[in-house]
Amino acid sequence: MRTFLIRRLLGVVIVLIGISLLTFLLSHVMPADPARAALGAKGGEQQYLEMRERMGLDRPLPEQYLRYVQGLFQGDLGYSYTSRRPVATDLAAYFPASMELMLSALFLAVVVGVPLGVMSAARVRGPLDKTSGVLAIFSTAMPLFLTGLLLQVIFYKQLGWLPAAGRIALILGEPQHITGMFTVDSLLRGDWPRFFSSIKHLILPAITLSLPAMAILIRIVRASMLEALGQEYVRTARSKGLSENRVIYGHALRNALLPTVTSLGMLVGALLSGGFLVEIVYTFPGLGMYVLNAIMRAEFAALISTTLIVATVYMVANLLVDIAYVFIDPRIRYA
Amino acid sequence: MSSLTLASATPEPVRLPSLARLRGRWRQIGTLLAVALLLLLTLFGPVIGPYAPDAVDVSQRMQPPSSAHIMGTDPLGRDLFSRVLAGARVSLPAVLVIVVSAVTVGVVLGAIAGYLGGIVDDTIMRLTDIFLAFPALVLALAIAGALGPALTTAMLAVSVVWWPWYARLTRGQVIARKQELYVEAARAAGCTDRVILQRHVLPNSWTPIVVQSTLDMGAALITTASLGYIGMGAQPPSAEWGAMLSQARDYFLNAWWLTFFPGLAIFLSVLIFTAAGELLREATTR
Repeated sequence: MRTFLIRRLLGVVIVLIGISLLTFLLSHVMPADPARAALGAKGGEQQYLEMRERMGLDRPLPEQYLRYVQGLFQGDLGYSYTSRRPVATDLAAYFPASMELMLSALFLAVVVGVPLGVMSAARVRGPLDKTSGVLAIFSTAMPLFLTGLLLQVIFYKQLGWLPAAGRIALILGEPQHITGMFTVDSLLRGDWPRFFSSIKHLILPAITLSLPAMAILIRIVRASMLEALGQEYVRTARSKGLSENRVIYGHALRNALLPTVTSLGMLVGALLSGGFLVEIVYTFPGLGMYVLNAIMRAEFAALISTTLIVATVYMVANLLVDIAYVFIDPRIRYA
Repeated sequence: MSSLTLASATPEPVRLPSLARLRGRWRQIGTLLAVALLLLLTLFGPVIGPYAPDAVDVSQRMQPPSSAHIMGTDPLGRDLFSRVLAGARVSLPAVLVIVVSAVTVGVVLGAIAGYLGGIVDDTIMRLTDIFLAFPALVLALAIAGALGPALTTAMLAVSVVWWPWYARLTRGQVIARKQELYVEAARAAGCTDRVILQRHVLPNSWTPIVVQSTLDMGAALITTASLGYIGMGAQPPSAEWGAMLSQARDYFLNAWWLTFFPGLAIFLSVLIFTAAGELLREATTR
C-alpha cells in the first residue's frame, strides 16, 4: 500500500507541474495586454513600460514561469487591479461560497441518488426504475442553466417560496467569518435568522447543480447493484434462505458501493464545472462569478489563479477517492 | 453482460420476442426519422422560416406565440421561429467541427501512443492527464476567456478540452488491435509501421470512436450553448441557441417563449444525438 501511495503522490506532483505550466501558457496566449488592462484608460507610454516591468512582463518566458511558481509557493496568486487587492484575498472570499454550493450538491446527490439506485435495481423495470431512467435521460439533455431558469420560474416567480439570487438576505448581511460557508458559520454561532436565510438561498442552486450528478449516480449504483446481484455469493445468500432485504442491503450493496466511490471523483469534476454555470444563473457570488468578471475586465491573474485552484481541488478530490478506495477494497491493500 | 445479470436479478415478465423486436424496431425508426427531421430543418431552415432571422420589426416586439409568429417575437420584434431555425445552422455545424477536430487530434496522438509505446506513450498519456486534471468547463472557460469571447474561440476551447478522451480511447483500441494475428502477418509481410497503422490497425479501431463521438455531440452542444449563455461563446446578434437564451435572461419571468423555444431546441437536439449514438452502439456491438 505504501508503494501505491508513493506512486500516486508522485503522479500528483507531475500533474501539478503540468497544471501550472498550462495555466501559465494560457495567460500568455491572451491577446489582451495585462499591463494595458491594469492601467485602464489612463497612463501614457512611460507608465505602460513601468507597469510591464513591475508585472515582470519584460522578462524571458522561462524566467517568468519560475517567478510565477515561486509566487505560488508563497501564496502569491497575483494582484487584481479591479478589486485593488491580492487575488489570494479575493479567492479566500469567493472560494468558500463555491465549496458550500458544491458540497451541498454532492450531499444531495449521494443522499438521494444512492438509495434510488439501489431501489431501482431491486425492482428492475418497476415504476421507480422507469422514473429514474427517464429522469436520467432528461437531466443529461437539459443544460444546467435551463434547469436553473425553470426552477426560478416555479419556486421564485410562481410560488414565491425561495429567493432566486445571492447567498443571504441583504438586510441581514454576512454571518461572522469562521469558514466562509454561510450556512456552517451561522449554524456554529447559533445565528438562526442568518442560518435560515442562507439555507433558503442555497436550496435552488444546490438542487439545480445536484440533479445531473444525481442521475449519473442513480445509473451507476443501479448498474453495479445489478452486477452484484448476479454474483454467486448472492445466489448462496439467497439459497441460505436469507430475506431479500438482507441479500440486497447486506451482501450486494456493500460490493456495489465500490464503483460508486470511484465515480465520486468524476462527479466532483462535473460539479465544479456545473457550479460555475449555476453560480452565474443564480448570481451566487462564488468562483464562477469571479472568473466571469475577471474575463470581462481582462484580469488575467484572477482568471489563471482561479483555474489553477479549481484544478487543484479536483485533483485532491481524486486523490482522496483513490486513498479511500484502498481502505474500502481489501484486494488493493494486500496486492 | 447486462442481459444475463438482468435475468438473474429479478424474474422478468415473459414477453413475446416478436413484440420486443417490434418495440426496438419502432425506436430505431423513430430515431432515424428524428435525425432526418433535424437535418432537414437545419438544411432548409431559411426556406421554412417565415421571416428573415435578423429582420427587426419594432411594432411586433415581444409578441407571444400566435398564428403570425408561432414561437412569438423577441424584444426587437424578430420572429423567434425563424431565429431558432437559424440557430440550428450555427449550433449544429459548430458541434460537428468541435467533435471532428477533437477526434482528429485525439486519434492521431492516441494511435501514436498506443502503437509506439515506451516513452512516447508515457509522454502523450501524461499530457492527457494534465488536460483531464481540469474540470472540463472550467478549462474551456479559461481558454475561451483568455482568447476573447467568440463562437470560434469557444469551439477551439471545447476541442482542446476534449481531445484527451479520444486519445485514451484510441490508444486502448490500438493496443488491443496490435496483438491481433493480422497485424503480425502484416509485419511479417514487411509492411512499414505507417502502413500497418493506417491500413490494418486504425480501420479496425474506428467503431467505438465513432459511437463515442456521436454520443458526445449532445454534450458538445450543451457546452457550446452554456458558453454562449454566459457570454463566452457566440455573440449577439448571432442566433446561436445559448446566445439567444442569454439575451432572453432579462425577460424570462415575463416572456416565457423567449426561453422556452431555444431551450426546447437544445433539449431535443441533445436527445436526438444521444438516441442516434445509442442506436449506433447497438448496431455495432451486435
